Amino acid sequence: LLAELEPGALAIVREVGGGRAFAGRLASMGLVVGSRLEVLQNSPHGPMLIRVRDTRIALGRGEAAKVLAEKVTG
Amino acid sequence: MNLEQGAPIVVGLAGQPNVGKSTIFNLLTGLRQHVGNWPGKTVERREGTCVHDGVELRVVDLPGTYSLTANSLEERIARDFILQERPDVVVMIANAAAIERNLYLLAELLCLPVPIVLGINMMDVAAAEGIEIEAHVLSAALGMVVVSMVASRAEGVSTLVTEAARLAQNPAGFNPARPEIGAAHRDVLANLRGLLGNSVPPPYPPEWVALKLLEGDQEITELARSWNPDGNWQKISALLHAHEDAELDIAGGRYEWIGRMVRAAVKQPRLGEISLTDRLDRYAVHPIWGMAILLVVFIAIFGLTFQLAAPIQEWLDERVVASGRAWLRTGLPAPQWFSAFLADGVAGGAGTVLTFLPVLMVFFAVLALFEDTGYLARAAYVMDRFMHFMGLHGKSFLPLFLGFGCNVPAVIGTRVIEARAARLLTILLAPFVPCSARLAVLAFLTPVFFGSWALPVAVGLASLNLWVLATIGVALNYTVFKGQQTPFIMELPLYHAPTARNVVYYLWQNTRAFLTKAGTIILLMSIAIWALGYFPGPDLEKSYLGRLGYALSPLGELLGMDWRLLVALLSSFIAKENAIAALGILYGSGESGEGLAEILSVRVTPAAGLAFLTATMLFIPCAATIAVMRQETGQWRWVLASIGLMLFVSLFAAVIAYQIGRVFGLGIPHA
Repeated sequence: LLAELEPGALAIVREVGGGRAFAGRLASMGLVVGSRLEVLQNSPHGPMLIRVRDTRIALGRGEAAKVLAEKVTG
Repeated sequence: MNLEQGAPIVVGLAGQPNVGKSTIFNLLTGLRQHVGNWPGKTVERREGTCVHDGVELRVVDLPGTYSLTANSLEERIARDFILQERPDVVVMIANAAAIERNLYLLAELLCLPVPIVLGINMMDVAAAEGIEIEAHVLSAALGMVVVSMVASRAEGVSTLVTEAARLAQNPAGFNPARPEIGAAHRDVLANLRGLLGNSVPPPYPPEWVALKLLEGDQEITELARSWNPDGNWQKISALLHAHEDAELDIAGGRYEWIGRMVRAAVKQPRLGEISLTDRLDRYAVHPIWGMAILLVVFIAIFGLTFQLAAPIQEWLDERVVASGRAWLRTGLPAPQWFSAFLADGVAGGAGTVLTFLPVLMVFFAVLALFEDTGYLARAAYVMDRFMHFMGLHGKSFLPLFLGFGCNVPAVIGTRVIEARAARLLTILLAPFVPCSARLAVLAFLTPVFFGSWALPVAVGLASLNLWVLATIGVALNYTVFKGQQTPFIMELPLYHAPTARNVVYYLWQNTRAFLTKAGTIILLMSIAIWALGYFPGPDLEKSYLGRLGYALSPLGELLGMDWRLLVALLSSFIAKENAIAALGILYGSGESGEGLAEILSVRVTPAAGLAFLTATMLFIPCAATIAVMRQETGQWRWVLASIGLMLFVSLFAAVIAYQIGRVFGLGIPHA
């Protein structure tokens, strides 16, 4: 799960849930299945910050929970 | 170049948010702009003209959108403009520092029947991040004109216009590379196109409609249903249902296409390089440091605003408005009622409101400065966790923050919030933010009533407003707007140096909006209230307004407020700072010219003063705010709900304040 990754982690998006409109919005901001992302910040409450395709995107916790990402190294 | 006479070339200016599109629009059109609304929508439509090499261009600034799928009003407007108004050429601006994501919009635009010129802006910002883009290589790959630009230094803008004009005059030469759908769904798309047959009416291109259906675009789905007889629609619908996964494939396919386009042209930074934005963000979005920085920014904005603007405001109020009114009252060869109308109705009402212009201008200038650096998005991010308690998210923070300057732009500023429920809630909460006018009343009256205790009381009352705002927000979230959580997805742009031009334009637009309001609604309301206070004469006590004050005095007993304080409170409905002007008239300081402070401290008890201030701080929105609330919500019922809510809250709080004040022995005037 994206919401569970610690800051600094690199990951690849495996699945985007939450309906078509939500997935479409993320897609237009650069996040689709297969995208590489970097977790810039993630604290237990509050929103998280990721970087994908040179874009810093802030995601609410509820939104981050809908994205399935697999951690990779390097 | 062949000079075309007659109709100007229509240019649609498109681009994602945070690409410097407004800078380019302002550069192109200068002050020859027209700001209106898109027909029937509350989204701003800006257009302007520019003449370049003898060719006249009419530039329409499209809303900044990440894509053209009708998820939001802005996206619908952008694509409807291209489809229905058929601009001669679309100029798309991309941000060099996030080129791949920006080209997603290009991939969508290329499916529409319009020639496109691509401008890649912020080359300097990208270079600072270690990204290099070779425009001519990208141009060769895309098969279209690509202009590299640094709009903050006006570089490349002229070339962009030349290329746009040339393309508009020779659209047949436009034959770019176009993204294709992934192989898995190519047949499905062809099938769909076949099923649509010739059911698609102009101006919609059938291929595009098929693609949008496959993407699950709601608006197009509904349109296509209305175009097709039931039997055929069932076939289409079944096909779509079987391929619901196509959307991801289309989006993924677009990025794959983009990847191929930019491969040769874009050099990415080496891994592990830490950019300026990363370094700054380490603190700016940190849960603890971020709050501390926000607090400092907050104090800086207010400190600057009041340090710089308050003296100017005072000077305007005392020297210009007051002496102007004195002259109008005595020096004018006109009937007495007419002099009074000009002096008290026009100058005293709308004139006094205008003295707050310097305060607003400084506030907006400082805010524009922070906005232009990209910091405000961080502020929204930091505040997100707190806004969640009210069922709102970070994006609601910015309009509410604007409210400290003036509630009017706060209500208008809620346009950035996509979800209607969240937007309505933010609009309802905005008037609880103590605006600069109310803070001015507070600053003037607390020393009068509380002497050396002025500062703690003032801070306490301002905090009370915020506390009430939070409480009401939480309460509404659990009742009226129950369970309507809205997704928080926001881009945090790269930091960059602000440009004077952007700050000036932001300032100019907000100032102009305020002046328009002051010249129309506020003026009319001031005249109306003045008339209520002047007729039928002979003095204020016997006027309609005075009688209303008397009629309300039973209520006033509870609040410890006599009819004068009640009328002053009512008059703050025109504009909050009117409370002071009204007190001035009612306590007869007008003639002696000064001494309102002394008169008040003798005749009003601190407990009553506390009740008055509490009520004023929380009282119903001012006339101008009500006008924009009506405009932005489109319905009177939300406005009435807000008035009812604030009326109740303010009076309730004032009663409590008075009773507490009496318990603590503040019921007698300190002489």
